[in-house]
Order: sequence, then structure tokens, then C-alpha cells
Amino acid sequence: MTLLDVQDLSVAFVRRGEAAVRAVDGVSFTVDAGQVVGLVGESGCGKSVTSLAIMGLLPRRGVELGGKAVFDGTDLFGLAPRDMRDVRGKDVAMIFQDPLSSLNPVIPIGLQVTEVLKRHRGMKGDAAGREAADLLDRVGIPDPKRRLKEYPHQLSGGMRQRALIAMAVACRPRLLIADEPTTALDVTIQAQILELLKDLVHEFGTALIMITHDLGVVAGMCDTVNVLYSGRIIETAARRPLFAAPLHPYTHGLLGSIPRLDALESEPLTPIRGSVRDALPWASGCAFQPRCDRPVEACVGAPPELDATFTGHEYRCVNPVRHSND
Amino acid sequence: MSKKTDKIDALAALSAQRSETGETLWKAAFKRLRGNPMAITGAIIIAIFLVVAVIGPFLVPYSPTATTWLGEVSESQALFPGPRAENWLGIDHQGRDEFSRMIVGAQQSLLVGVVATLFGLVFGALLGGIAGASAGLGGRIGVWIDSIIMRLMDMMLSIPGLLLAISIAAMIGQSVATVMIAVGTVQIPIFARLLRGSMIAQAQADYVLASTSLGIRKPRIVLSHIVPNSLAPVIVQVTLLLGIAIIEAAGLSYLGLGNADTTFPEWGVMLTDAQRYLSSAPRFAVFPAVAIIITALGFTLLGEALREALDPKLRR
Amino acid sequence: MLRFIVRRLLQLVPTMFGLSLLLFVWLHRLPGGPETSILGERATEERRAQIRESLGLDQPLYVQYGRFMRKLIQFDFGDSIQTGRSVTTEFLQRFPATVELTVVGLTIAIGLGIPLGYLAARRRGGFLDSAAVGGSLIGICIPIFFLAYLLKLVFAVQLHWFPSSGRQDELLDATRVTGFFVLDGILTQEWDASWDALMHLILPGIALASVPLAIIVRITRASVLEVLSEDYVRTAEAKGLTEQTVRSRHVLRNALLPVATTVGLAVGGLLSGAVLTETVFAFGGIGSFLKDAIEFRDYPVLMGFIMMIALVYVLVNLAVDVSYSLIDPRVRVR
Repeated sequence: MTLLDVQDLSVAFVRRGEAAVRAVDGVSFTVDAGQVVGLVGESGCGKSVTSLAIMGLLPRRGVELGGKAVFDGTDLFGLAPRDMRDVRGKDVAMIFQDPLSSLNPVIPIGLQVTEVLKRHRGMKGDAAGREAADLLDRVGIPDPKRRLKEYPHQLSGGMRQRALIAMAVACRPRLLIADEPTTALDVTIQAQILELLKDLVHEFGTALIMITHDLGVVAGMCDTVNVLYSGRIIETAARRPLFAAPLHPYTHGLLGSIPRLDALESEPLTPIRGSVRDALPWASGCAFQPRCDRPVEACVGAPPELDATFTGHEYRCVNPVRHSND
Repeated sequence: MSKKTDKIDALAALSAQRSETGETLWKAAFKRLRGNPMAITGAIIIAIFLVVAVIGPFLVPYSPTATTWLGEVSESQALFPGPRAENWLGIDHQGRDEFSRMIVGAQQSLLVGVVATLFGLVFGALLGGIAGASAGLGGRIGVWIDSIIMRLMDMMLSIPGLLLAISIAAMIGQSVATVMIAVGTVQIPIFARLLRGSMIAQAQADYVLASTSLGIRKPRIVLSHIVPNSLAPVIVQVTLLLGIAIIEAAGLSYLGLGNADTTFPEWGVMLTDAQRYLSSAPRFAVFPAVAIIITALGFTLLGEALREALDPKLRR
Repeated sequence: MLRFIVRRLLQLVPTMFGLSLLLFVWLHRLPGGPETSILGERATEERRAQIRESLGLDQPLYVQYGRFMRKLIQFDFGDSIQTGRSVTTEFLQRFPATVELTVVGLTIAIGLGIPLGYLAARRRGGFLDSAAVGGSLIGICIPIFFLAYLLKLVFAVQLHWFPSSGRQDELLDATRVTGFFVLDGILTQEWDASWDALMHLILPGIALASVPLAIIVRITRASVLEVLSEDYVRTAEAKGLTEQTVRSRHVLRNALLPVATTVGLAVGGLLSGAVLTETVFAFGGIGSFLKDAIEFRDYPVLMGFIMMIALVYVLVNLAVDVSYSLIDPRVRVR
């Protein structure tokens, strides 16, 4: 069953006297209930803006929002700000990248957890406190009663992210958006946090949108993967076909630039040339063209359409990567 | 007290930051300044003020001290001829041409501002420079010199500004120089702390470390990196101070600590004198007051715009 | 926390000691001396020497300083040469007036400055924002004594809304308890006396508030703008909290931290400004007395007053530091 249906989402930042910047340009994808969907791309590709748009957290001024985000039958973009506040934190929750800056430094952890319970679950003083302790316990914070009274700076990075997760899942949301939840953490902690997310999603039946630049995270968790480049989805596939046979040269390049233990010594890493800044505007062709190692004449001129194979593997490229067993 | 010093130190630390794009602080700041209406307004006001103060006294129609029209003035009947063709701003209470006095007064205000600022800057920079360099050199003596100087500066900071100025003014007696020295002295500890702070922040900045590790020699780093970047917050302070000095000088004049020769035109003295005629001839107060406010505003606008341009936190 | 306060207080001792030495040497270098003020310019050299001797001014400076310090340890600043009364008495008699005025000025500055700064930030770029920013820039640039005069002229002399000078109507013959006239009226239940004292405070209070008000508006605005772009405010929004909760708990609370610092610093400016404002309104505080003391070369008064004001200022800032570390748990007391 489709839980979230994002249709033709576009976000443009407009400033007086300057040309509008299209951060997201016609992105469509769906999330089924209980499914884990990945949004993958380099920084600046529009993945975070997409998630903030769904949450209704983009500033109202200076932003042009287009398209729809239909959550369980209602278009979130059509909701009044007040009604959207009822949805946020209750049905749709979000976890952010940097746990230290995402927690209010001058308020104890306990209050930051209970304020969600009081707001959306109508809990009162003691009951909320007990529930908050249970939540911290559930996300793996030892000695939760004591931790509730502590301030963010007294917790370790991993603990802080666990606390943020506790706040996000406090109301058993049906959709959880995790924006680079492990980027700011140590490698050993990253794995623990991913395990925790996986467990929670499984236990509560929550759907998860995993936003990351790390294909390792995707490989370990996601059912479906959407690869973004310069504000558009350039490839969508289930996890296995995507890793086995990426069709877009960009995805192919991303996979090729990851060091692998099982690779031969002689086989060099193949990084993608240039940087995201070298993008072509979509209107005049494929944005990835300047960095692509398979350019053809058709790349420039008109933007490439999203094509699909008969297995439902979608790609936006006129000269996709061929795989011998295709 | 630590909060006051923290604030100065925060300003000093700015100098160690560079813009993300790798441009030098100055180029980026100048770019932002050009697009800031606040900066432009401030710069225009200052430019006009400078022209009036420097060239004006040579062009004034009458002597600012000549009581030519004394016969037309009657204090008892509150008779003060207003603006007219020969006297654009009218006649003051002693029969002098108000316009000429205002123009010459501008020169005085500029002089007070510049000398006071130079006074504070030179001594502050000297003390701060010595402290910063000693702290940088390290060793027991270096730390010792640094902490003695800075303790002294903290003591000066612990007296509210005007009271410090009053006690200094009281010490050297009533004169124009008094006002300049008094206003300047209040700024010494601020400049000292600012320069020392930015020197230390600079010395620890990443790019200095990088330059050192590349084997670039120390004097070269100091000349080409530390000094120009340490100056940024100092220049902000100088601009702001030029405005403050004009207001504070007016305050000291009001307390009777300014120029003993009251016939000589000075905006602060003119404003103080005008208070007796506030109900009969309010323009006596309005002209110098407006002049003080606008001039101070010009320096404040440019100073604040500079601070904004140099502070990466305030950008956007 | 207690250890922090004690340590900071102990750090004060050498600072105040150094300050006293500095001031002492400084002030005694003033040209002229009290003998001129007492006897006039034409007194004989003999009489002058007599006076100087009787005041102990003939001895070497270090002896004078030693004597000063011996007394100071017992909180005795000596007697005023001008009035013959003890400096401490003179100070305690006048300082309440200055404190009252400073408190009123600060209350106006905070009470108006924080809401204005907050609203300006929330409506960034709007009319209110431009007005607040522009107004605060101009506010800093108006000479305070001029503003005081203007207020006096318009609201006291012309409109008669407020009294034009003094601290209280003499005819009320109010009972004195603490020296804080508004408080006295409340304590003795002489409500009219209390009200009258308050009315006397309004105009000088507004004049005095102008500069700190301008500063507080700007700091609050900048601080709110900064906090609004913080990640934790986004987190609070993501939790779906009501606008009210986000505002009070996550934005204002954090934004007020730098404002608290500014308020501590503003006290210094207020004490300075009080000297000017008091003179305009003939308000019986330390201002005009200090001005007279300068002219009279009343060394004990100058020493005592400036040191006590510096002490008050330093203590206020210590209090601000302490309360700061109470609001902000990140500040580990050093």
C-alpha cells in the first residue's frame, strides 16, 4: 500500500534580484508502508531539500514549492500550517544529521522528549516522564532516568543521536525521514545507529526514507533506492538490481569509486571526474554530461527522459551502461 | 568584567576567519560593502563631513568669532534674527553668524574625533602589540609582561567610560586637548585587547600553521598574514570610535570639561550654550544637535556595515 | 558554583588594589589642590601650607597612600574636604538616587528592547524591522544630555505632564527609610510620596534608557535571527510543537543569553549616562556631586566614589556571569 506519493516535486529558491535556484526539479517517488526507501546523492543534489519539503520545514518566504506530497490520502502541501503541525512529529517524524546542533543546548534531554509526548499523545507530567525513560531505554541509552535530567553536551555523540531518534519515534510515526543520520558519527557508532533504526522500523512497522550519500548504508538497509543528481532522480531501482547492474553512468561511477576489499590489487579505483558544480542546467541537456565518461551527441540539447526496463528499473540516460547479462 | 572582555575578544577572533570561497577577508568584505545601502549612506555622510570640515573653514563668509550683529540681538526680549540672505542659519545669541560657526565647528569635531582615536589607537596598539608579542614569544617573562599589561587594561575597563574620562579631564584641566585625551584614553584598553586578541587568534589560525609547516619564515608570515588580518577588527573599532568620540566630546563639553575658550565654535559647546535658549530660539540647539547626530550616524553606519561585512556569522 | 563566586571575588582584590593605586597617583597629580578651592587664588603661601599640612597633603605620596589604605581596610575612605562629612556617608546618601534612576532606565530598556528586537527579527525586512534598526542606530547617536533637555522642555516645561527637576516634591515631607524614595513610600504606605517619586523618575529614566535600549534592540534582533537558523529550532518544528512552544522554549530562551551579557555591560554606560542625566534634571544623585568634587579637588570623594562605582560595576558583571551560567548549562564555571 502506498503511504507517501511524491509527485513532481519542485523547489526553487528565489532571492530578490537574483535568478531562481532550482534545488529540486520534478522529483517523483513513492514509499510503501513499512518500506525503507533510499534517497542517494552527493551534497547539493537536492535530497535534503526534498525531505524538508515533505516535512513542511522549508521557509515560507523565498521558496517556490511545486507538485504534491500525498501522505495517506492527503496532500501535505495543501494543509494549513497549523494542521501540518499536527502531522509533524506524530505521523511523520524526522532525524537530522548533526545530533549536537539539532538538540537544544540549554534544555534537559527529558523535556525535549516529553514535549513531544505532551503535544501529540496528550500525556501529563509523571506519565510522560516514565514514557520518556522507556523510550530512552528502548533506543539503547543506559540509565535513562539519570539521562533525562542531563543536557545535550553531557552526552556522547552516539547517545545524542539515540536521544534524537527517541524523540522522533516517540509517537510511533508511520513515516520516518532520516537525513544522513550517521554522517556526523564515528564508524563504530554508525553501525549501531543503523541497526537501531532497522530494529525500530521493523518493530513499529514504520516506513523509512533514508537520505544518504553513503552507498554502504543503502546496501545494508534499503528496499528501493532513488539516485538524485542536480535536483532530479536519475535512477530508481530495487536494491539488488541497482547494485548488480546500475544503468546510469553516475550510479555506475558512484559504485566504482568505492574501495572494495575483494578487488584485485591491479584494479584501480575509478573516481568520477570533476565536481557537482560542473552540472549542466537540465533544460539544455543531461546535467551529468560534463562529468560523464559515456557522453554521446544526444546528451546535449534536450533533457533525457526517465526510461524504464521491463523489470521496472528506471533510468534517465540516453546511453545507459550495458551489462553483459542484461 | 569577563563578559566585556569576551566581547572584545570575539571581535578579535573574527580576524582569524576567512571566507569559505578562499578569497581574502578584505576582498570579500569590500564586495559586500558595496552592495550595502547602510555602508553607502555612511560613506556619503562621512565624505560630506570631511569636505566641510577640511575645506569649509576657508570658505566661510564671516569670522566665526566676530560679534558683528550684536546690536540686533536682544536677550531680554528673546530677539534673535533667524535665517536670512546674508546669514543662512541666522545669528546666534552673541550676534555671530551661526552658519560660519557650524562650518568651523565641523573642523573642531573632526579634530577631536581623529586625535582622540589616534591617541587611543596608538597607545592601545602599542600596549596590545607588546602584550600580544610577549604572549607569542612565551617564556616566563613573556607571559609575565602580557598578564601585567592586560591586568592593567582590565582595571581601566572596570571604570565606566565617562567616569574615566571625567577623572582624566579633571587631571589635565579644561582644554580642547583634555577632551581628546579623555575620550582617547577610554579606548586604550579596548584597542589593546582587540589587537592582542586578534594577534593571538591569528597566530593559532589554520593557515598560519599551514604556512609555518610549509617552511615559510616567521617574519614573512607576520607581515603578509598576521598583521593585515589582525587589522580588520581594529579598523571596525576605529570607524565606530570616530562617531562615539564626537558624542562623548559633546558630553564632556556639557559637564564643563571642554574647551575653556567658549567663543571658539565647537558643536558640543554650542549645544551646551544653546540650552539656555531652548524655548526662545530652539534652532540654536537644533543645528549643532542635528550635526552631531548625523555625523555620528555616518560613522556608526559605516562601522556597523564594516563589522557585518567582516563577521561571517552575520552574513547571508 | 560557590567556589567560582569566591574565586572571582578574590580576583577582585588585586584589581581593586591596583585601581586604587592608579587612581591615587593620578588624582593627586591634578594641578591645584583643595587649598586653592578653600582659600581662593590670593591666599598667602603660609596659609596654603597650613591647610595642606592639616589635610596631610604635605607628606610624600606613598605615606599618604599608606594612610589611605589603612583606613580603606576598615571601609573608610576618609572625609570629604568639601563638606567635612565621611565619604561613605556622602556616597550612601546619594547613590540610592542614582541606583533608582539606573534601575528605571534599565527596566525601560529591557522591557521595550527585548520585545522590539524579537518582533523586528520575526518580521525581518518589514516596516517594524527597518524602524527598529534605524531607530536604534539613531538612538546611539543622540547626545544623552540633549535628549534629556528635549524631554524636559517638551513634557515638563511645556506640557506639565511630569515634574521638571528633583527627586520628589519637598512639600510632601515624605518619611525616609532606605533612601530609595519609591521604596520608602511603599514601606511607609505613603502612596502619594511613592507615586510622586516615580513620576520624577520617568523623564530622566527615558533619557537614560535611550542608549541601552538601542543596544538591546539590536542585540536581541541579531540573536533571535541567529537562533532562528539553528538546527534545534528546526528539530522543534519537526516535532510539530505549537508555535507558542517553539517561540518561548526554543527561540527566546536561547536568544536571550547574549542579551544578558549586554545588559551587564550596559550598566557601565548607564552609570556614566546617569551623571549627565542627573545634572540636567537636578536629580540628587552622585552626578552633580562628582562634578563639584572635581572642581574642588576633593580627593577623598573622587577616590571613594570612583572606586565604589567601579566595585558596583564589577559586582554587577559578576552577577551577570553567575546568572548566565545558571541559564546556560554549557558554561562550565571556570
